[in-house]
Amino acid sequence: MSVAIEPQEQETVSAQRIFVATQWQLMWWRFRKHKLAMIAAAIIILFYVGVVFADFLAYADPQISEAQRSLLPPQPIHWYDGDTFRPHVFGLTGKRDPKTFKRVYQPDPNLKVPLKLFAEGYEYKFLGLFKTNRHLLGVEGARAEDTIFLLGTDLQGRDLFSRLMLATQLSMVIGLAGVAMSLFLGILLGGLSGLYGGAVDNIIQRMIEIVRSIPTIPLWMALAAAVPTSWPITRVYFFITLILGIIGWTTLARVVRGRFLSLRTEDFVTAAELAGAGQMRIIFRHMVPSFLSHIIAATTLALPAMIIAETSLSFLGLGLRAPAISWGVLLQQAQNIQAVALSPWLLYPAIPVIVAVLAFNFLGDGLRDAADPYG
Amino acid sequence: MNETRQTLLEVRGLKKYFPIRKGLLRRVVGNVRAVDDVNFTIRRGETLSLVGESGCGKTTTSRCILRALTPTAGDVNFLTEKQRVVNIATVPKSQLRPLRRQMQMIFQDPYSSLNPRMTLLDIIGEPLLVNGVGTASDRRDRVEELLKLVGLPPEFMSRYPHAFSGGQRQRIGIARALALEPALIVADEPVSALDVSVQAQIINLMLELQEEMGLSYLFVAHDLSVVKHVSDRVAVMYVGKIVEIAGTEDIFQQPMHPYTEALLSAVPKPDPRLRSQRIILEGEVADPASPPSGCYFHPRCKHVIDRCRTESPVLEEVQPDRFVSCHRARELTLAGVQE
Repeated sequence: MSVAIEPQEQETVSAQRIFVATQWQLMWWRFRKHKLAMIAAAIIILFYVGVVFADFLAYADPQISEAQRSLLPPQPIHWYDGDTFRPHVFGLTGKRDPKTFKRVYQPDPNLKVPLKLFAEGYEYKFLGLFKTNRHLLGVEGARAEDTIFLLGTDLQGRDLFSRLMLATQLSMVIGLAGVAMSLFLGILLGGLSGLYGGAVDNIIQRMIEIVRSIPTIPLWMALAAAVPTSWPITRVYFFITLILGIIGWTTLARVVRGRFLSLRTEDFVTAAELAGAGQMRIIFRHMVPSFLSHIIAATTLALPAMIIAETSLSFLGLGLRAPAISWGVLLQQAQNIQAVALSPWLLYPAIPVIVAVLAFNFLGDGLRDAADPYG
Repeated sequence: MNETRQTLLEVRGLKKYFPIRKGLLRRVVGNVRAVDDVNFTIRRGETLSLVGESGCGKTTTSRCILRALTPTAGDVNFLTEKQRVVNIATVPKSQLRPLRRQMQMIFQDPYSSLNPRMTLLDIIGEPLLVNGVGTASDRRDRVEELLKLVGLPPEFMSRYPHAFSGGQRQRIGIARALALEPALIVADEPVSALDVSVQAQIINLMLELQEEMGLSYLFVAHDLSVVKHVSDRVAVMYVGKIVEIAGTEDIFQQPMHPYTEALLSAVPKPDPRLRSQRIILEGEVADPASPPSGCYFHPRCKHVIDRCRTESPVLEEVQPDRFVSCHRARELTLAGVQE
């Protein structure tokens, strides 16, 4: 025998750890170095925690309107009562300005409304599982709907903070659902295209080109016009996801196709074939694990586009409509200059949109850089 | 070499054309004749080297033999364990698996030939697993044995390929090829991606394994000094055709085809006085999509006569066990490599 290679004495513990590391470990170690992506990941996690606990974080019933508190500005929290720590808000009295007909609100420093954690409020179903009326925030001895307005109220006097929590839930979930939809179509059609080639590939590729060449806004308008106004929100919601998925699958399909094409000629795939491995084993044991991480990165980068799409559709009145609450639906109220000039807080829902989109982009960048630890 | 040895593999009239498609309708406008009527045999326990320039069809030939590519025409007759001759070129794909156990491949690039996402146990054990050999613990034992055989410590089994150098990876590739105890191994430039010092180790390992297990090798290479060291016989390819096949000694000492002579003159020589004898071929390698008339080599050959331009030569047995495809094979005296 030729000289055998012995395990080297000087191999350090950390080197040995790398030698037996799976691709996911290697990716995680590389991802961890990308500070911005780590921060973005934390923000995204926060957002999704918010999605799960949306009703718990809201304190006022988002559908209850009251003309007597319309367009109320954001209300500050006072942390100290004299020297003792006792968070409270001031009670408000509203009256209409006789000259401008605008409602003006006057805080009353003598009417202190103490805030309370884990207070009881409106009743909701937590994740559709059980009924509860606990909320993170509430007030003692009064209805939250009448007393706290952390981000102000809209034209109908509904609490913006609570509505924002529920809008985040809907918008973030619809993004996920849209991506799941396009992921399914993208992997299926891209996989077929890359795997079979020839005529199948040709047809699917031309189809992608056609879908991509359609101007999106007129397409959305046409599709949205097809939604009957009599449909319940849930069905509209499903339909919007479907539209987003149908438009969004093309990029993912191209990524998947490209991966299949390049992997098909890889030596290790040929080796598996020569060893007698079946097609299923080659696809699921060799090819899919090689591009799964790329798909995850591409998906993360596709999410913000979905969120933006839903927001713009709803903003234009083509997507979700009241009584559904999404970021786009909230922003619809900030459509005219008067609203923005007189009650700028109506624009606040744009902030989470921007933050979420940026965070997804940074996270996607980090994932993409980490996706191929052997490159 | 020993004449009584059994023929393990016989390649007859092997052709592989790749269609050239053009236009919207992807009509076939021509063919790249990557392998064009190749004939040779490999005997049991023998090493046949296939040499030639890049793009001459060596790799395509080797892949056709393993049916990694389906040949356009021709036969690849393989003598199975059960002493039955099977034509690999035409056997239905569903019946290939038992045949593939008997012929395996070593790849050129040790980096792309191992799946980076699998441990050595999974990589080397894969041929065993997909062919349903033994239980999980049997396979583990066998992988351990194979790793020892190629000179790697068995405890490396749980590591991933990224833990290893090029030479070590090539050993892993060899272990995988040996897992099913094949009779024939097609080695597609197994050392050309490695450092010279490591090349020798891998070559010696392959020779030792050959002796121990009675393997036959089809050794595809372009490095003639390596070829001289490992092979029993050498086949020289030029633009998809074999121009000369002979025993290693014969071909190196006295080539009979002008192309072989030119190739041999490019072997580095330790004696500087001999270096001036290098033959520099003029012109480009013929295009396999539109090869020249007559002998494909004639535009670059200094011994060209009119007949070469019109009539293509066939591979004939000029001397016992020496096949040359040249009209002037019998009259020319060409220079080989002096010892």
